[in-house]
Amino acid sequence: AENEPSWETPCTKLLVYVSTPGCDGFPSLDSSESYKLSVSKGSMLLSAETIWGALRGLETFSQLVGRDENGTYYINETEIVDFPRFPHRGLLLDTSRHYLPLKAILETLDVMAYNKFNVFHWHIVDDPSFPYESSTFPELSRQGAFNAMTHVYTASDVRSVIEYARLRGIRVIAEFDTPGHTLSWGPGAPGLLTPCYMGKAPSGVYGPINPIVNSTYQFVTSFFQEVSTVFPDFFLHLGGDEVDFTCWQSNPEIRAFMAETGLGEDYKKLESFYIQRLLDIVSSLGKGYIVWQEVFDNDVKLRPDTIIHVWKENNLQYLNEMANVTRAGYRALLSAPWYLNRISYGQDWIEAYKVEPLNFEGVPEQKALVIGGEACMWGEYVDVTNLTPRLW
Amino acid sequence: SCPTMGRAMGLAGLLLGLVVVPAVLVSTNLRRGTPRTEAEPEPSGWELAADAVPEDSLWPLPQWVRTYPRQLQLAPSRFQLVHGAGSSAGPSCGLLQDAFRRYYEYIFGHSRWRTWVRRPLAARAEPELFQLQVVIEAGDPGCDRHPHLTSSEAYHLTVTEPVAILKASEVWGALRGLETFSQLVYEDDYGSFLVNESEINDFPRFAHRGVLLDTSRHYLPLKSILTNLDAMAFNKFNVLHWHIVDDQSFPYQSIYFPELSDKGAYSSNLIYTPTDVRLVIEYARLRGIRVIPEFDTPGHTQSWGKGQKDLLTPCYNGKQPTGSFGPVNPVWNTTYDFMTKFFKEISSVFPDEFIHLGGDEVDFSCWKSNPEVKEFMKKQGFGIDYAKLESYYVQNILDIVSSYNKGQMVWQEVFDHKAQLKPNTVVQVWMANNYARELSRVTGAGFTALLSAPWYLDYISYGQDWKKYYSVEPLNFPGSEEQKKLVIGGEACLWGEFVDATNLTPRLWPRASAVGERLWSSSNVTNLQDAYKRLTNHRCRML
Repeated sequence: AENEPSWETPCTKLLVYVSTPGCDGFPSLDSSESYKLSVSKGSMLLSAETIWGALRGLETFSQLVGRDENGTYYINETEIVDFPRFPHRGLLLDTSRHYLPLKAILETLDVMAYNKFNVFHWHIVDDPSFPYESSTFPELSRQGAFNAMTHVYTASDVRSVIEYARLRGIRVIAEFDTPGHTLSWGPGAPGLLTPCYMGKAPSGVYGPINPIVNSTYQFVTSFFQEVSTVFPDFFLHLGGDEVDFTCWQSNPEIRAFMAETGLGEDYKKLESFYIQRLLDIVSSLGKGYIVWQEVFDNDVKLRPDTIIHVWKENNLQYLNEMANVTRAGYRALLSAPWYLNRISYGQDWIEAYKVEPLNFEGVPEQKALVIGGEACMWGEYVDVTNLTPRLW
Repeated sequence: SCPTMGRAMGLAGLLLGLVVVPAVLVSTNLRRGTPRTEAEPEPSGWELAADAVPEDSLWPLPQWVRTYPRQLQLAPSRFQLVHGAGSSAGPSCGLLQDAFRRYYEYIFGHSRWRTWVRRPLAARAEPELFQLQVVIEAGDPGCDRHPHLTSSEAYHLTVTEPVAILKASEVWGALRGLETFSQLVYEDDYGSFLVNESEINDFPRFAHRGVLLDTSRHYLPLKSILTNLDAMAFNKFNVLHWHIVDDQSFPYQSIYFPELSDKGAYSSNLIYTPTDVRLVIEYARLRGIRVIPEFDTPGHTQSWGKGQKDLLTPCYNGKQPTGSFGPVNPVWNTTYDFMTKFFKEISSVFPDEFIHLGGDEVDFSCWKSNPEVKEFMKKQGFGIDYAKLESYYVQNILDIVSSYNKGQMVWQEVFDHKAQLKPNTVVQVWMANNYARELSRVTGAGFTALLSAPWYLDYISYGQDWKKYYSVEPLNFPGSEEQKKLVIGGEACLWGEFVDATNLTPRLWPRASAVGERLWSSSNVTNLQDAYKRLTNHRCRML
């Protein structure tokens, strides 16, 4: 018949050629992920600069293989030249609002690889629970996890995630969000959080990390020293979002400090005071950092290579923020229109797809500062029973 | 995260944690995006459920509950669910035997309790509860029957040492009572099974409490359906409204008309054979759940046309058929010959006394384009009112189905378009716009009504939407006492456009639980904080 495919000699090998040596390293923001795929009569060749590109090419190759009605595997002659538009393509999982068993994280990494995501943003701790088992401060998870025996990530779990990700060309960027979002740190680190006051007496409730005591910075230094060694990626996400000032305002020692240091009533400056010291500590540990947009919005002094994570979304305001951040010379990551935890009826993938990250007013140099974005799956209403169908 | 034993509804990779406060429904310190407008001082997941009260895990909340501080202990190796003296049901009652085994496992977890070597019970403060005796009081317990709309589901449960007694008129009430009893048993910190002395008197507020599953937009494997029936039983739902076929696919394998599924199913393995159907019906029966199939016509029938030529109306463009088809053709005799035979089969395959005939969303444009149909309209004197043609069709089907001694359920349009309905027809109100008024109208005309309009669970949205389903009051419409009595219940609908086996369970549950309580419990059970507490416990247990 006319349209029958001509079956050539069955292909037996996909040759993979990588030009830059090195299989044992970790992917980074600057890693090349480009590849070329050539499928023709008698030869199939995948060539890439780095192993990361080879991984991307293998995924594509696997998507090209089809099966006909008789069950025969086939592939069409193909030429592909591919590379990512944005170098940072991430997914955020939140393991504090609900613990996610290791298996769920690994499964997510698999699906990320199918979709060529290359950053796993692990929002590992937050107010509700502290599942990260710290070797320096074991009490943090012992007292802060939902259940210290079952709802924790041991050092070996963390290593598993990092290696499983690496084998898929995925960077693991851990987020230890401070000074807000830290209620779960309190029980295991007495004196770390600010005691809130009701009038002259402590109310028993705690607020963000206490920025005025030296012990805080000693703790932060030791803690991030550990984190810097555990997580090999150059970047750490330091959070810095949604700091509620009311507790600080209620605390007389803090008020006194504000007066003494001339910060007056501007608690944003107190937040900056803390964040600046945090950033210095983390820098001195040889890490770069990503912060949520408030850190930029509140005029904290940042290193030029800071990455700002834009998340606030009302009426496309995020585009203005992207413009502001890049105009100030910082690199930007976009998440605002991609909060996948905010479910709605119907084919909402279309809205997410239509987003054009560079659709803001700015010169080409600015646009070049947008390094990519992240889909976020916050965990308030998500656990292992619904993570996968909600995310994919 | 969830405390100990879930009932393993078959979700892969389920984690059963050992901790105290389930955090799933907690929306602590919600970040991001638009600032939270919901006022919720939810606990941050830190509070131990130390001051938990036995009623804290009952769902739906029974009509009348008394619990006492005295605790009784249950030994898994000794405790038994048995038939009580004077019961009209005994060991030959397969339904109860099956239920005893099922509820034993729900209470104690799986067989590990029977095989572990354990030391004899050390002396403990709490007296032991040895048995739950089930006593069916009616002369005919109903063991081998199918549940129906007027079945009794009432039960009386007394938990006291040394035996607990569950009395019910019929087996259906016993099933409801067993579920409640299983919700009263809890494990303490040391792993002992305890139950507080209690007395419960319970019966459902509404007799028809259903869940609609759509197996046409997406095929649902049998396992999915059965898992869902389990979940329904946990929530005392008693009707599975099986919207089995529709435009997109026809998975029902018909005995008389095998071509319907041969040509109309998505593929040859995505069908429900007669065996599958029997399995669903029996699995449901054992849980006191009626299976009401819906064969929706004359609209929603594209898939029927694949396997049954000359059933659907050919659409025209001027004088030429366009090649596409519309609703079932109401003017041909062959249509009614087909329907007569088809519904004969359906009437015998599905034992419930009701069949749902659909009748919704009929698009008249194809009919309007067809010259034969137009001719027929003229002859019948319908003018240009196609609703009359629809009613003509529907009435014929109602007659056919009546002749098989089946009651009919229809969507509201059938009533709205003024078809002549039989007196016991159930009208299902689904259009969200002003549904209270529709309830008034339907009941005002003397028909029984089912409410679904506010309970379209396929319409997902962010956050704790269970609250909005919970807050519906079905009888909140202008009408007399007599009218209100005609509302026999409601159904949570999970239409399948965006639902298949990969997301059915987490999408439906525990949101449908909110509907379950609204339909079972008393109208004054409306406190959201209390519901939250009980629902979180219930959800963890269901897992």
